[in-house]
Amino acid sequence: MLPLAGFALIVVLLAFGISWMRENRMNEVPSPLIGKPAPSFTLPLLHAPEQSFSESDLRGKPYLLNVFASWCFACLDEHPLLMAEARRLGVPLVGFNYKDEADDAKRWLARFGDPYSVIVVDREGRVAIDFGVYGAPETFLVDADGVIRYKRIGPINPMILATEIKPRLAAMAKGDS
Amino acid sequence: MRPFVMACGLAVLFALAGAVPAFAIDVLPFKDRAEEQRFQNLARQLRCLVCQNESLADSSADLAKDLRNEVFEQMRQGKSDAEIKTYLTARYSDFVLYNPPLRGGTILLWFGPLVVLLGGAIAVVVIVRRRAAAAAPGRANPASSLPPSEDDW
Repeated sequence: MLPLAGFALIVVLLAFGISWMRENRMNEVPSPLIGKPAPSFTLPLLHAPEQSFSESDLRGKPYLLNVFASWCFACLDEHPLLMAEARRLGVPLVGFNYKDEADDAKRWLARFGDPYSVIVVDREGRVAIDFGVYGAPETFLVDADGVIRYKRIGPINPMILATEIKPRLAAMAKGDS
Repeated sequence: MRPFVMACGLAVLFALAGAVPAFAIDVLPFKDRAEEQRFQNLARQLRCLVCQNESLADSSADLAKDLRNEVFEQMRQGKSDAEIKTYLTARYSDFVLYNPPLRGGTILLWFGPLVVLLGGAIAVVVIVRRRAAAAAPGRANPASSLPPSEDDW
């Protein structure tokens, strides 16, 4: 009887551990960059590769930086939501095209729609390393002072948008006035 | 005799397969063996963020490749191992280190196993004492009047 009870205990512990890990998203790497200034970057624009764009072009207003790529399946999960909500956020949604071919990215945007105010291209993924990106999609909320305030790893869904992102945007807008 | 020879051959093959270093191969232009060893040693202490149970040395994930290149370039720039680790932890937190630093948040990680081991040792001592008491009926105490267990383990 005792071995059976021991086995049952181990099974219960394992089940508890697995559900606890999923609940707390233990496989997410917490970003040490939250509360720190966003790394500086100068990257070409997707639609005008000869022009470069840097974080100082965004200084003075909050923005969302969304890491996406045409090869990224999970990006399609959040894409309809971005299409619907981007214009209503009140802040620019900056597309960060990550390790992608420019033509593929353009085709992807033509097919599914382009929710972005501006799109920068990180072909080699070097700037992405500075941002601590380790997959796509990831979304950073940067405030008017250029400080990273929040990071979402994985697709944004309506709940995340309503409970994590919009309240922060609202608080920032209040802080501005 | 034949099957035995074949078995020996297989055993040798498996042994050799184990000896092949399991690196995710990308060709980095190491200038000498020492540099390569330093690189591999460093990459083995770093964790791949994508497939989190693999080291940077073993992972074939795209990001792991990028990070290996980054590590290699920084080595070439003359950065120390500690500087490279600091660079990575500033971006990816202590999570990238397989050997996490000892600090407030990692005390449980470092000493948890010791606590579990101690708990086990205490349990063993208690069980052994109880059995010794039960086996000596002359000095039987009321606490040891447990029903005899059918399966002791």
